[in-house]
Amino acid sequence: MTLKEALKLSPEEIAQVREALAQKIAQSDLNAYVALDMAGSGIPIAIKDNIQVQGWSVTSGSKILKGYIAPYNATVIEKLHAAGLSPFGRTNMDEFAMGSTTESSCYGRTLNPHNKGCVPGGSSGGSAAAVAGGLAIAALGSDTGGSIRQPAAFCGIVGLKPTYGRVSRYGLGAYASSLDQIGPMTQNVEDAALLYDIICGHDPKDSTSADIAYAPTAPNLSANRKLTVAILPKYVEGASEAVRAGYTKAISALKAAGHTIVERELLDPKYDISAYYITATAEATTNLARYDGIRYGARVEGDNLKDTFIRTRSEGFGDEVKRRIMLGNFVLSSGYYDAYYVKAQKVRQLIKHEYETIFQEVDLILSPVAPSTAYPFGALEDPLTMYLSDIYTISVNLAGLPSIALPVDRDAQGLPVGMQLIGRAYDEQTVLDGAYSLELQLKTQE
Amino acid sequence: MFEVIIGLEVHVQLNTKTKLFCSCPTSFNHTQNTNTCPTCLALPGALPVFNREALHKAVMFGTAIDATINRTSYFDRKSYFYPDSPSAYQITQLYTPVVEHGHLMIDFEDASQKRIRINRAHIEADAGKNIHEGDISKVDLNRAGTPLLEIVSEPDMRSADEAILYLKKLHSIVRYLDISDANMQEGSFRVDVNVSIRPKGEEKLYTRVEIKNINSFRFIQKAIEIEVARQIEAWEDGVYASEIVQETRLFDQAKQETRSMRGKEEAADYRYFPEPDLLKAVVDDAMFAAATQIPELPDAKRERFVQEYAMNAYNAEVITSLPEMARYFETMVALGASAKNSVTWLTVELLGRLKNGVTIETSPVRAATLSMIVKRIEDGTISGKAAKEVLDYLMEHDAEVDAVIEKLGLKQVSDSGALEKIVDEVLLANPDKVAEYRSGKDKLFGFFVGQVMKASKGSANPQSVNDIVKAKLG
Ligand SMILES: [Zn+2]
Repeated sequence: MTLKEALKLSPEEIAQVREALAQKIAQSDLNAYVALDMAGSGIPIAIKDNIQVQGWSVTSGSKILKGYIAPYNATVIEKLHAAGLSPFGRTNMDEFAMGSTTESSCYGRTLNPHNKGCVPGGSSGGSAAAVAGGLAIAALGSDTGGSIRQPAAFCGIVGLKPTYGRVSRYGLGAYASSLDQIGPMTQNVEDAALLYDIICGHDPKDSTSADIAYAPTAPNLSANRKLTVAILPKYVEGASEAVRAGYTKAISALKAAGHTIVERELLDPKYDISAYYITATAEATTNLARYDGIRYGARVEGDNLKDTFIRTRSEGFGDEVKRRIMLGNFVLSSGYYDAYYVKAQKVRQLIKHEYETIFQEVDLILSPVAPSTAYPFGALEDPLTMYLSDIYTISVNLAGLPSIALPVDRDAQGLPVGMQLIGRAYDEQTVLDGAYSLELQLKTQE
Repeated sequence: MFEVIIGLEVHVQLNTKTKLFCSCPTSFNHTQNTNTCPTCLALPGALPVFNREALHKAVMFGTAIDATINRTSYFDRKSYFYPDSPSAYQITQLYTPVVEHGHLMIDFEDASQKRIRINRAHIEADAGKNIHEGDISKVDLNRAGTPLLEIVSEPDMRSADEAILYLKKLHSIVRYLDISDANMQEGSFRVDVNVSIRPKGEEKLYTRVEIKNINSFRFIQKAIEIEVARQIEAWEDGVYASEIVQETRLFDQAKQETRSMRGKEEAADYRYFPEPDLLKAVVDDAMFAAATQIPELPDAKRERFVQEYAMNAYNAEVITSLPEMARYFETMVALGASAKNSVTWLTVELLGRLKNGVTIETSPVRAATLSMIVKRIEDGTISGKAAKEVLDYLMEHDAEVDAVIEKLGLKQVSDSGALEKIVDEVLLANPDKVAEYRSGKDKLFGFFVGQVMKASKGSANPQSVNDIVKAKLG
């Protein structure tokens, strides 16, 4: 059942859907959900474990927050309630959204519904697996460097990262404040538009929320606009064969649907990686400093105050989180700040400018979401390899642009291949229109 | 042979209605941890929203010290772990503060002045409070997120006296602007002192020692003197390099010493970087226009009082030191009391009667009442001595001045018929003295007046008595 269908149901029918879903989740072995918490009785929406739902134990996949009960609703949750949708189940994620596989969660790994030996992607792996595995009508995820789009691609669903500022971050457990954005993870493009329309909007509680006009996208969704789409032949060279094949397939489909294809180039993505990991870890190290065991969460008593801080954080955080905290502290240290953080911000401006230049002539950019399809568990144990696997998604966060991931193909093992369409800032409509057109074209071709 | 170098950092708590980044009230004398919300508790997902009232007040201050107002300033995160800092970083303004490059003038007794430069004033959030009870420590976050204006002077002061003059002037400006309660005991005006010494004639700056959180002008003066003595002694003993290190010290009032606060651990690295949750702070045209219209400042008011009321410099200084005092004085004058008598009755009689923490603001005798007492002296209704009795009575009771005069029977007798009768009686009773006076013993005039006053039990108007006695004695 899609969200669009669910929106037409009566309360009695919704109650039945919820009942059926709860049973299915209980029987599932995917570990997509870490708990089947509920709030309200509306259309059930799965919620990533870093979005605050009043009364829920929201933990960002971390041991350090075990037992913490959120006393308030994130703005997106208030908006769900207002639209007759209800938070239904906390979904698994990489600890504090730091990861690309959902393996770093304190709740254990989530399985990819298409191949249980493979990762679902991350960090919103639980939300992606839930939607792909038929365990959720739709879900909310968060995307800091690809955390909605990459698991969507790995699990063969649609994931939209809105423009930075379009969806309130109030109530989203922060990873990197200038990059984080909540977005819909759905079965198709139309549902993504519907859910996006519900959660977007200016929020005075989030100073970085965009105070501009919000026109609903779903009623205006159109597959018939003829758009100019940039492709990046050189940029794609490093991707796996299956991803390159999927890219070619998507280009053909876009052409067949009547869109104009033009070739462009982007900066060497190695600069994206540096700028991203410096910015994200600098912000993260401060955002995670509040988890010190003093006011909430799991405290480990030490011999003195400093010892308590050290023990709480040493035992509460996992390795990847610790690695990023250390990295962030390093790049902000006196003597290194200019060489790393300041430089990274300059690169970020360059990336932004590069996109703006391209968008003067095109409506959308077609890019892979990840260099490969889903891989087996443990394959990305080397952190640097994992960081490099983000090359196609992070520049979009650095530039604050909207981007939608959608499935376009399958690899030899039957695993989904996803592509993303990147758009101009605040132009979610065009991103959704392009994706809708591509989705319909691919369906026709089948 | 040594020169003392002092720089001061003052944290002024801005009296905004709500906290700096959330809508919790700033009145923190409530039950612990009640004036809190997800934002000032730093709960996961909560975000800061800038209270522009703080920016308005900062611009007022910048205007008062003739500073550069940065129409666009930015917030930064300053990281450190401490239980009273819920997010473990303080939101402050390091790279571009709202106010820069101002100054104020301090005044010496000989009427000379000195310019003290103010490097910057920036907006930042206050921490909560730690309460230590035996083996346990508690954290109260009611104060967490209260807006502070940190005012940083240049190291322009050369003695403890200059430091105090600067602080008193700063305190007075802040009170005049009404941007802070500036109460040192309650911590809304907190002073950190940076002290170093150097041989006279040298230009280089030596090791700077910081003394933190001293809560009265008197203690600050003492702390500086003691710290300077410690540094000079170390120099003279040849142990300056090892004894005097850049560190934070506490002033121990009981032991009359300063003492190291932290171990000489690693120097703190606050890892500042721009706050990503907030936009830049912009002083728009409307705010700039409103916030730069500031009330008359103490210096200007003092000059005006000297000119307008022919006040001496000392009295003008006393009366303009606090805005409430100046307002009190001006009200008295506006209601008809003479400036000269208002000064005396305010600074000597009223202030002398304010005790046990009662201030001019909480004085039971308001300006209108004191003005009326002075007017009753000036129109001859009561004597100065009787007026003191009236004031004493009104310090204890709530009543009308005229009713009190009536009640206490203090009204002077000016009625010439009644007075003439008393004078006649006195002259009749002292025929020999009258004869002596008439034969040239002028000094006896005072005796007759005194007798008349005595006979009237002090209620006679002395001036009228004088006139009548003079007339009768021919
Ligand atoms: Zn608050």
